[in-house]
Amino acid sequence: MVVSRRIVLTGPGIIWILALLVIPCALLLVNSFFERGIYGGIDYILTSENYVRAIDPLYAQIFWSSARVALITTLVSLVLGYPAAYCIALMPKRRQLAYLILVMLPLWSNYLIRTYAWMVLLNSEGLINKTLLGLGVIDAPLPLLYNDFAIIVGLTYAYVPFMILALFSSISKLGPELREASTDLGASSLMTFWRVTLPLTLPGVAAGSVFVFVLSVGNFVTPDLLGGGKRTMLGNLIYDQFLTARDWPFGSAIAAIVIGIMMLLLTVQAILVNRRDREGTAA
Amino acid sequence: MIRKTLGVAVCAVLASLSSAAFAEGKIVISNWDGYMPKDLLENFTKETGIEAEMTVHATNEEIMGKVVASGGKGYDVLFVSGQFGEALNKLGLVAELDHAKIPNLANLYPEAMKLSHDEGLHYSVPYAWGTTGLCYRSDVVKDAPTSWNDLLKPADALKGKTTMLATDRWLMMPALLALGYSVNTVKEDEVAAAKAQLIETKKTLLAYDDTTFYTKLVAGEASLVEAWDGWCNYGIAENAAIKYVVPKEGSDMWVDTMVVTSASENKEAAEAFINYILKPDVHRWVAENILYKVPNKAAMDALDPALIKQYPNLGITPAELLKYEQLRDLGDGQKLWSKTVTEITSSN
Repeated sequence: MVVSRRIVLTGPGIIWILALLVIPCALLLVNSFFERGIYGGIDYILTSENYVRAIDPLYAQIFWSSARVALITTLVSLVLGYPAAYCIALMPKRRQLAYLILVMLPLWSNYLIRTYAWMVLLNSEGLINKTLLGLGVIDAPLPLLYNDFAIIVGLTYAYVPFMILALFSSISKLGPELREASTDLGASSLMTFWRVTLPLTLPGVAAGSVFVFVLSVGNFVTPDLLGGGKRTMLGNLIYDQFLTARDWPFGSAIAAIVIGIMMLLLTVQAILVNRRDREGTAA
Repeated sequence: MIRKTLGVAVCAVLASLSSAAFAEGKIVISNWDGYMPKDLLENFTKETGIEAEMTVHATNEEIMGKVVASGGKGYDVLFVSGQFGEALNKLGLVAELDHAKIPNLANLYPEAMKLSHDEGLHYSVPYAWGTTGLCYRSDVVKDAPTSWNDLLKPADALKGKTTMLATDRWLMMPALLALGYSVNTVKEDEVAAAKAQLIETKKTLLAYDDTTFYTKLVAGEASLVEAWDGWCNYGIAENAAIKYVVPKEGSDMWVDTMVVTSASENKEAAEAFINYILKPDVHRWVAENILYKVPNKAAMDALDPALIKQYPNLGITPAELLKYEQLRDLGDGQKLWSKTVTEITSSN
């Protein structure tokens, strides 16, 4: 009885993961070992050529520059998201929901439209430049669009809600007792934050950072539109191989390498969190 | 990246489902969004009694991906550029056309039968054609541009005010033409020479842009952009100071075509649709609506002369077009091209 109930309950989830995660990833891995057909498509001839092609300084450089953009986005999101999540977590319960909905509200509208909105704001004839010019703050339009700055603004705007949600769930688990105890023992509020709150919410910081980093590094729409196509990120590289070059095997090989690196990073993160938890329990 | 494969898999599933649903008499057409008058399908159904459904694709590459993944099931007529039709044909995904079922082919210019990707139109029928050139604000650009080098090596006043097309074929083209090479070259030294120029040019670009370059011109963000002639017309419609020129080194001649999938279960209805498009009144209405030249002599002869006056590039003749080289599928050379383009777009 217990066994069958377990199957019934976990079955849909397992099927879901199998059909939409494991099988596609396995297909991707398999495709990466075949040859591109001369007119696109896949020739089913085994080869490791795609991986040989992928080990090229060109792609390593794209990997680093994408990681850099994604890392800056993650840091900015953290700096913006932490105070926001902290404030929401300290609010009375009934107001928390309203603020969390406000955080998530932008996610309900189309990503492209939100990205175009930034183009309207940032372009040389846009609202920000026109206002600053009108006020006499600047003499010539600032280059706000079609560069890394615009990409980071767009990605941060898009993904900061994920950071806030992850941090909120971590911070709100922290009862006021610990902070009160810290204050009673004579710690300043800054010291309390640094020695008590921040260390205890690190899992939330890690979870939020992983969300933002992974989503940013794979994004290809924002670099195209806000970056003006002048910054090729990993997402663009893979997208171009699948669509423009119609080279699915090579695109699969790059994607497989990226998935491998991401899995490695996530495993390291999970191990660190686990160790922390165990230490926490032991103490 | 996972999403991409997933997308393709889901598309394949959806495509096979829809083919089952629409097997009976209804044809499914995929075209670029906004590349066909809105009332066209309704009129087609009224006149022929054939039900038709329209789906849209954003790029050649997108519909190509779907059709390769699904074997073309679920689609009857596809609108694709010539070189993509060529690749689909090589992959066996498009059907041989029965000219007896498309008598309106007689309305086409004789030049339209001589397209290098499909001479004699065995599997594709041209829908619109044109050039790629420079689209610019004549009120801002002091000296009218005449050469691709005006874009590749812009005057100081134009630095940061130019855009180039983002798709690989047209991203490379200005440099290849300026250097006097074929737009289809796969010679390593020629591609490398173009790359060196384009890496320099990138430093002066506002952006690579395939879709909103004319709004950038209208807004004043850009002053000189690489553009397809018909898209430049959308800018001209909003600002009469916008002009179009084919540089002296030439252009490619691009052709957007209609093909019937080999998986189509309604081939005759699909051919009836192509025949309907080629009717002089219908094809003229297409040209007036989308502001692109159509390869239909009867239709172009009936075009309102005021339109040609307003949009001079509509007046480019088939003989002029045929002077330019058509884009062809690069075959195995695609690997060299895509790496080169990645080197350009990721350069600092």
